[in-house]
Amino acid sequence: MGSIKDKVAIIGMGCSQFGERWDAGMSDLAIEASSEAFKDAGVGIEDIEACFFSTVYAPMGGTGSSAAADALKLRDIPIIRNENWCTSGHIALFEACMAVASGMYDVVMALGVEKLKDTGYPGLGMGRGMNPVLEARRTAPGSFALIAKRYFDTYGLTNEQGKELIGRIAVKNHDNGSRTPKAHFHNKVTLDKVLSAPVIAWPLGLFDCCGNSDGAACAIVTRADMAKNFRDDPIYLKGVGVAMDSTMPHLRPNFDWIHFGALMNSSRKAYEMAGITNPREELDLAEVHDCFTITELAIYENFGFSKPGGAIEDIRSGFFEIGGGLPVNIDGGLKCFGHPIGASGLRMTYEIYKQLQQKVDNPERQVKNPRLGLSHTFGGPPQISAVAILGNEKG
Amino acid sequence: MAGIFSAAAHIPYLKMERKAIGGAWERGSLAGCRSVAGSDEDSLTMAAEAAGACLEAAGREAVRGLYFASTTAPYKEKASAAMLATVLDLDSAMETLDLGNSLRSGLSALKLALDTAADGGKVLVASGEKRLAYPRSDQEQLFGDAGAAVLVGGGDAPVAYLGGYAVSDEITDVWRTQEDTYVQSWEGRFVTGEGYLRVTAQAIKGLLSQTGLKPEDINKATIPAPDPRSAMGILKKTGLTEAGQAVDSMLEQVGFCGAAHPLVMLAAVLEQAQPGEKILLAAYGDGAQALLFEVKAQPVLPAVSLAQQLENRRAINSYARFLSFNGLVEPQPGEPFRLVPSATVTWRERDSLLRCRGSKCQACGTAAFPIQRICDNCRSVDQFETVRLSGMAGEVFTFSRDNLAGRPDDPVVVQTVVQMENGARFYGLMTDADPTQVELGTPVRLTLRRMHDLGGFHNYFWKCRPVR
Repeated sequence: MGSIKDKVAIIGMGCSQFGERWDAGMSDLAIEASSEAFKDAGVGIEDIEACFFSTVYAPMGGTGSSAAADALKLRDIPIIRNENWCTSGHIALFEACMAVASGMYDVVMALGVEKLKDTGYPGLGMGRGMNPVLEARRTAPGSFALIAKRYFDTYGLTNEQGKELIGRIAVKNHDNGSRTPKAHFHNKVTLDKVLSAPVIAWPLGLFDCCGNSDGAACAIVTRADMAKNFRDDPIYLKGVGVAMDSTMPHLRPNFDWIHFGALMNSSRKAYEMAGITNPREELDLAEVHDCFTITELAIYENFGFSKPGGAIEDIRSGFFEIGGGLPVNIDGGLKCFGHPIGASGLRMTYEIYKQLQQKVDNPERQVKNPRLGLSHTFGGPPQISAVAILGNEKG
Repeated sequence: MAGIFSAAAHIPYLKMERKAIGGAWERGSLAGCRSVAGSDEDSLTMAAEAAGACLEAAGREAVRGLYFASTTAPYKEKASAAMLATVLDLDSAMETLDLGNSLRSGLSALKLALDTAADGGKVLVASGEKRLAYPRSDQEQLFGDAGAAVLVGGGDAPVAYLGGYAVSDEITDVWRTQEDTYVQSWEGRFVTGEGYLRVTAQAIKGLLSQTGLKPEDINKATIPAPDPRSAMGILKKTGLTEAGQAVDSMLEQVGFCGAAHPLVMLAAVLEQAQPGEKILLAAYGDGAQALLFEVKAQPVLPAVSLAQQLENRRAINSYARFLSFNGLVEPQPGEPFRLVPSATVTWRERDSLLRCRGSKCQACGTAAFPIQRICDNCRSVDQFETVRLSGMAGEVFTFSRDNLAGRPDDPVVVQTVVQMENGARFYGLMTDADPTQVELGTPVRLTLRRMHDLGGFHNYFWKCRPVR
């Protein structure tokens, strides 16, 4: 496999206010995020040669990419839509980077938009897939929660100890969200509050589950050798890794619901391209897919941030908190920033981008002199994973 | 002479104390409890559960026919017997037939099977019943939901069939028109006196006379009755009053299960029967029928006894939920299903979805469910044999208790991954469980349930349930 390390740079990004955006439709969200990105990059829509567009819940049949075309009045260029569950935003970024690296285009955009709050329901509904019965009544929390009991029992945690452990991740991400103006939630929570909250899908309680939000995010991507024509502090793509796997991992006899091939392979590919051998030490921060607290825990170990079973001690010691060895989800994560599915990968990348430029909107959460950051999304039920590693220095 | 090889009953996991029903109406209540079909059960799934138990015990070989009897079949047009034969994974070269309309149809199906079973061939008789009584009526407390199945064959069956006597009788005593939701009935004294007692007695006396037996020659008088008074009355009227002769009518702990009731009682009596005993089995409905059997040897018993089933039940106390399970109130809908109902998908994938077959790779041995054309382990293409997972032992590999996924009247869904005995994993829903009692390693079996009615038809699939 080849490498596009340092061949592509992000020169502008934008992110809408996340939350229950009763005031904004899909178009409004797309305009909000892309306007900021254009301004940040110093380009206009007329400079965009191709658009890579991600959204999940807009109807797949009969709409194509029209939601992006109609909203932004994009004309005469290709707009390529993808739907890859929660990784869609990352896949749009990946496609944009590939398109530029190929030499076909000089300036392209990746745009992720999700409008969830127009359905009349607080959640995503239930049931999945193309089969009438196989995945009936399957839900995201019910599916990801399957990781928890396996993890607890494998590492000798009682249910209470396990709940408390993942609860600490919720407390951390809420603390981080309180310093993030664009996040959906800004409230800090105590561990007691987390543990006494209503159960959504045991062992996951309310605060173990991410927000169901509206939002959009956008990236302007160009060739690395052109990047400084646009700005002094472009952010370079150091590594990407995408790994799909079956959404039916249970077909594999030894699948243990703790180790996920997609997570391990996507991160390995990204590390190899970026030249990272010890992510725990070399990364300065990471935005990972905390759709549920237990997912974030599994990612620590699958990504090599912690050794197998080592997440327990790392969580308890605050290793992933702001000021810790490797701050994770410093903007509140999906938990508090919110999870408009097709936008999330780009929103997480937005935080890394701003952090690496030392331009986050609230200095209280700015990491000191970061060089390398990772963003990541994980979809499914859990078998689609995408990782991007960004750096602020070329070479 | 034809006879019975095996019989099994399915008593639903849920029961309701009658005082909870009477109490909801601030009226008197009868003693005991009634069985209540779960929100995912209907007459077909209850019959399937019993039939599966029967076949697991006695084997699937040589089953040449399947008769399904119910007054509450899930379809007016479309046979349940064909669905049953499929979910039981029986060979398609067989006779399937639905019998209905009459509360006697369960026993009529058994009689028909006994009459048609040829030497070497077997016929499976299955029945399930879930009748709706008017809210606040006595019947609401008296009725029960259940399924039962009997495996019949020629040759050396352990329970020999000695003869039968049928009476046809026209009376409008208990009925449902095509438009009725609830069972209707005429004045009670007329229904009992001129209907049930008179006609059932006529059939029993006819049988005794035909076979030259006196009442005291019967060891087990197995006579379903719609209420406790009729149950006493028929014994008295037919002289079947010897101590230990009457088989418990199961009204106290289960309720009257319509067309399925004689077969439920038969399954119960076969668990107790001793060689040499004579069993009289009767049923009433638009006439009556009485059959005589003699136990030659111990019949094959299902893995889980009726006593175990009655012991391991869970009470629901909410009358509102009871009404909702029966479709009589419409609770606030939950979030929408994102599913695509499709008759074609269900048909094309019937081996997995209905027959409950998984695949086993012939190259590397990896087992999977549903059937996979390409092995996930070694990627061999189309090199597999199929293996039935229904009836196979399994245990919980991991689970979650999902409060979002359920129906509004049955909100907790245990999402479960099951490790099957052959190495395959079943990833689906758990039913018939106390969700708080589930642990990794909990032993489970698969059971057919009604998943949803999208598309305007009933979508059946398998769930797992703890071993009772």
